[in-house]
Amino acid sequence: MSNSKQIQLSHGGGGEETNSLIHNLFYRYFSNEVLIAAEDAAVLNVKNQIAFTTDSFTVSPIFFNGGNIGKLAIAGTVNDLAMMGAKPLYLSASFMIEEGFAFDELETIVRSMAEELTHSGAKIVCGDTKVVPKGAVDQIFINTSGIGDILKEGISAGSINEGDVIIVSGDVGRHGAAILMEREGLGISGDLKSDCATLWPAVEALIDANITISAMRDATRGGLSAVLNEWAQQSAVCLEIEEANVPVDESVQGICELFGFEAFDFANEGTCIVAVPSKDAQHALEMLQKVDVTKKAAIIGKVSMKKEGKVILHSAYGSSRYLDLPKGELLPRIC
Amino acid sequence: MRELELKDLYSGFRDPNVIKALSQKITEEAKQLKEPLKIMEVCGGHTHTIMKYGLKQLLPSNIDFIHGPGCPVCIMPKERIDHAIALAQMENTILLTLGDMIRVPGSTSSLAVERADGSDIRALYSPLDAIKIALDNPDKKVIFFAIGFETTTPMTAALLEQVVKQNISNLFFHINHVLVPPAVDTIMADGQAKINAFIGPAHVSVISGAKIYEPLPQKYGAPVVVSGFEPIDVLESILMIVRQKNEDLCEMQIQYTRSVTIEGNTRAQQMIAKFMEPREHFRWRGIGDIPYSALALREAYSKYDAEKIFADILPLEPIDDHKLCICGTILKGLAKPNDCKVFGTACTPNTPLGSCMVSAEGACNAYYRYGEI
Repeated sequence: MSNSKQIQLSHGGGGEETNSLIHNLFYRYFSNEVLIAAEDAAVLNVKNQIAFTTDSFTVSPIFFNGGNIGKLAIAGTVNDLAMMGAKPLYLSASFMIEEGFAFDELETIVRSMAEELTHSGAKIVCGDTKVVPKGAVDQIFINTSGIGDILKEGISAGSINEGDVIIVSGDVGRHGAAILMEREGLGISGDLKSDCATLWPAVEALIDANITISAMRDATRGGLSAVLNEWAQQSAVCLEIEEANVPVDESVQGICELFGFEAFDFANEGTCIVAVPSKDAQHALEMLQKVDVTKKAAIIGKVSMKKEGKVILHSAYGSSRYLDLPKGELLPRIC
Repeated sequence: MRELELKDLYSGFRDPNVIKALSQKITEEAKQLKEPLKIMEVCGGHTHTIMKYGLKQLLPSNIDFIHGPGCPVCIMPKERIDHAIALAQMENTILLTLGDMIRVPGSTSSLAVERADGSDIRALYSPLDAIKIALDNPDKKVIFFAIGFETTTPMTAALLEQVVKQNISNLFFHINHVLVPPAVDTIMADGQAKINAFIGPAHVSVISGAKIYEPLPQKYGAPVVVSGFEPIDVLESILMIVRQKNEDLCEMQIQYTRSVTIEGNTRAQQMIAKFMEPREHFRWRGIGDIPYSALALREAYSKYDAEKIFADILPLEPIDDHKLCICGTILKGLAKPNDCKVFGTACTPNTPLGSCMVSAEGACNAYYRYGEI
């Protein structure tokens, strides 16, 4: 790397500086045979049916308690593949960087990406870097796309049946709450960390245990509320949730009380919801609880036909209400 | 003694066993009621609690709620939303307001639409954030579109105090602060709502003191219990109302004693009185003009008053609601949200025709979100 401490327009120019950035930063952290072949496109060997997904990451702030935009860019795309029962294999990574961005920060982000890849074994096999003039993007945006080898077929938001059991893989709302805390602060102290994490080890455990999975989704934007409502509608069933069984961290609940938000509406970046037939429920729960990233998994409800397309929340004191999709501008640029 | 934790502020007030016990107690004692209870919960925060926790399901059939006018977003008439839009459309202007206002439909647009169209409109969590925005943008006019009942008025006054002290010349105020007692009087004077008890607002009373409701029991023969916002607060307040009725009492009582006193926050009251005074006319959406029901900046602070400084661009004509919208009837306690023909069809939280559908404190929004199962 040259001595410059900031990313300059020339780093995206395609010439010597770009070359230096690629070799001294990206190859250093992401190195693998396909990537360093440095062809116009990565050449991949894929045998089975594959899953393919893409996501752009614009989170603000780019560094937050529990992660950064790089970690998020890997976990987000890897999790989308995992949710389809696919083992994450190959990812692309595109960086849109604002002129003047600190090289150290870029390196921290890239290092986090490399570290996060070790949790799934996926590789970055192609990428792109653009540097744009000041103000054209806010610091840095990252796009990742990925493909995965489908090891478990038939997982679909439309495949949930009456009698299925709903499991959440951990406490909900931490990513959204952590970002809100970073942005609005209010001078509150506490250790509220984003749940940003790779879920593949948990999914692999379910697949290895031969659990039947009706549906599985990571509860990102819109949180638990959004996933449950999408499922109720796509599978034309009613999801009945026991409110008291949904784990919510005290610090998350506290932030929600202060700002008037609901933890169920808040984004997660390392928490998924799984629907399994009731015969597999206990086994699935035990499997999830054995994996570190999902050790707080809990059964939160079941599937009925009471009100098609609706999510009903039962309180611990005998009343019920609908859990609706979150509305309005919750928090822009959360991922 | 251990330190107070954030959860101490709410967890004890949602204990399932206490909720069940209160529900049983109310059901038991309500058997002796001579007439069905029609309780107006004046404040939208209570409407939200009642719907979110499904409290109606825990009560006997002779207790019903009439959802009152205490949602500051819901009562904002269209012409004043048009004011906000007209101000936001001015060159070199930043319009600041509280989150819920952004989506409220005016006569032809909303602040959300204007913002997408390029106007600089920002939602604040704390009014005092306006100072930094004004200082960071010395070449722009920064206008704070202030809304809310007695609860939020002190924050606006505190902001103006700082603006005066720091001699900030580019921050202006459009005041839409409204008052609870005149609205309640107007609804009761109407006589149609058959309300025979009140749940008094929580946060409003922290500021203004429970004294503002003292005339109500005598005037309308209806007990008032000032309640907190948690489900146990509301249930305990209902039990207190049932007991008053059964004992032939008609008084103002405070359930929310951990925050509310008779006198309230006198410093906040003084600060409001220093900067603001009741205005002769203020039109409430769906209800109409209620004299002296809102505040305006005092003459001495005219140079901060956006309504005066930008008077020539602000529309004056009252604008009626969409003809299918019955927000007004709902705000008067004469109808329930699901009595409305367009509820949940043409009018939803994403495409609100009326303001009661916009704010989380609005009765229509609460019914839509939590439903009656």
